[in-house]
Amino acid sequence: MTAAAEGAPALRPAQSRRTSLLQSESAQGFALISPTFLYALVLLVVPILVVIAHSFWTQNYLTIDRTFTLENYRIALTEPIYRDLLMRSLRISLLVSFFTVVLAYPIAFYISFHGGRHKGLWLFLITIPFWTSYLLRVMSWKVILGYNGVLNSGLLGLGIIDEPSTALLYNTSAVVITLTHAWAAFAILPIFVSLEKIDRTLIEAATDLGDGPLRRFMRVTLPLSVPGIVSAILIVMIPTVGDFVTPRLVGGKDGVMIANAIQAQFGKGANWPLGAALSVTTMAIVTMMAAATVLIIRSAARLAR
Amino acid sequence: MPERSKSERPMIEIAHVTRSYGAFKALDDASLTIREGEFFSLLGPSGCGKTTLLRMIAGFDNPTSGSIAVDGQEMLGIPANRRPTNMVFQSYAIFPHLNVEQNVGYGLKRLRLDATEEKRRVEEALAQVSLTGLGKRGATELSGGQRQRVALARALVMRPKVLLLDEPLSALDKKLREQMQVELRRLQQAVGITFILVTHDQYEALAMSDRIAVMFGGKIAQVASPKEIYQRPVNRQVADFLGGMNFVKAEIVEENGASMTVDTLGFGRVKTDKPAAFVRNGKAATLGIRPERLRVLWDDAKDKHEVAGTVVDRHYFGEITHLIVDIPGLEKPLSVTETNNFGADDIPVGAPIRLAYDPDALVAMAD
Repeated sequence: MTAAAEGAPALRPAQSRRTSLLQSESAQGFALISPTFLYALVLLVVPILVVIAHSFWTQNYLTIDRTFTLENYRIALTEPIYRDLLMRSLRISLLVSFFTVVLAYPIAFYISFHGGRHKGLWLFLITIPFWTSYLLRVMSWKVILGYNGVLNSGLLGLGIIDEPSTALLYNTSAVVITLTHAWAAFAILPIFVSLEKIDRTLIEAATDLGDGPLRRFMRVTLPLSVPGIVSAILIVMIPTVGDFVTPRLVGGKDGVMIANAIQAQFGKGANWPLGAALSVTTMAIVTMMAAATVLIIRSAARLAR
Repeated sequence: MPERSKSERPMIEIAHVTRSYGAFKALDDASLTIREGEFFSLLGPSGCGKTTLLRMIAGFDNPTSGSIAVDGQEMLGIPANRRPTNMVFQSYAIFPHLNVEQNVGYGLKRLRLDATEEKRRVEEALAQVSLTGLGKRGATELSGGQRQRVALARALVMRPKVLLLDEPLSALDKKLREQMQVELRRLQQAVGITFILVTHDQYEALAMSDRIAVMFGGKIAQVASPKEIYQRPVNRQVADFLGGMNFVKAEIVEENGASMTVDTLGFGRVKTDKPAAFVRNGKAATLGIRPERLRVLWDDAKDKHEVAGTVVDRHYFGEITHLIVDIPGLEKPLSVTETNNFGADDIPVGAPIRLAYDPDALVAMAD
């Protein structure tokens, strides 16, 4: 009795200390993120708001008419050229994320399950392409895929083709190949992390219950690595929709994507409001597509059980 | 524990198994036969090779040399997924993306049973571990004890010839652990499957097993029933690992077949059984007596065999008291365990004391 009676008031200061600690902790937290938060606010949120605002205005040569209009969105959504470019961009980004994940998964799997003591070395090697600029990597694909490029000379030398193929460069597949290569590491890392998190005894348990290598991969490893696959797809898909350097350099006429059109509106086209409306439309559609992808993969994983 | 009539047919035959990692031998020429339907424990401190041996039986590790046979069939070269053994992992290894039913039915899927038969077997396994009705529960919503039961059901549903348990109770709290010991024992007797339990907890091994193999440093030191292991340990290491033991230096006076007569300073001349594995070291021998085999003599009580000394320390443990008694002539004081119903907890330190013992409780062992 006495112990309890004595204990009760003793708890009070401890509790209040905890609350004040919590307050100071969250205050510390806000202090910690505030530089980043301000940075994001000024350089991300404000520009997006500016873009959204512009999308409802009109431009007359060099002056912006600030009367509210939906005309830009009508053009963005109904003009065949923009619809086609948007569809092509989405198709390319889907293809790129698909191929990137399919190619990245075995690499991530190998490093995680067979990397042994050299996991760090393997991950380091994967970052080597990033020592050169993105532009240089795209340019080097031009060298590989070009008319007198490495691939054509190689195929000619082997006698597989008689004259250099023009089908390699300046089309959609060149864009897909280049982007797949450029984004590989970004897909390997999240998949690697999700594979690393899988408790290896789960795989032993699956083996113990009679599963061979393929079955235990399909029933345990793959479903448990779905979060990594989803993040890899999102990480690759979202930025590739808006990529404009790669289509510009290796895409040719058939490889033009929505970002090139947007860039044209903000540049030579001198129609910022239309460019803004195209941007906002693309953002909205990418968001919807990303959400749809997550849902589809999650439910597919659930069905696979 | 009453001896059950049990088949003498060997279920697992381990012959001269060695597992080396470079110069280190995790297992050193281990040979062992485990009978059909037996509850067998591999007992030893961490790093003694018990888990290595279990994983070799399961097929997750391969011996460097030697052979392992299950039910007469050589296991070398047979992958883990095709062995007639199933395992309960120390971490339970419950598939986090599956619910209880799917976890338990995991191994059955491959057998392509028809749906009703599969469901029946899953239900039966869940009933065996008292989890009926929890089939739809998610793996992440289970308590430690429930996870353990799911792991058990998932292995039992496969109807293995041998069930391997890798320290299955070590993650549970004391109460639950003691309850699960009883349940595991009951379950094993109900299903009649050979159980091999790996544990470092001597009480767990003593309470549950038909037989125990005590292992040290990759070698099997002794294989015997719990009672035999506890009462007649072959050497000091085994004796020490299974509870307390007072060691008494002795000198051999006479050897006569399976028995011998020794002289001790504290206990005088004693006739004792000579253990089979007794290693002679000149005339010197070691005797051991368990602390609970020494009994405090109160007031004028007399016994044919007694030693006298002084209480030098006292440790209170609730139901029992440990007395440390200095006996003239013995190099180390004796540890005595006495229940508290006669007032052992009130014996003052420094008091003279007399202890009675049964000469049969003094066992000879190798050093």
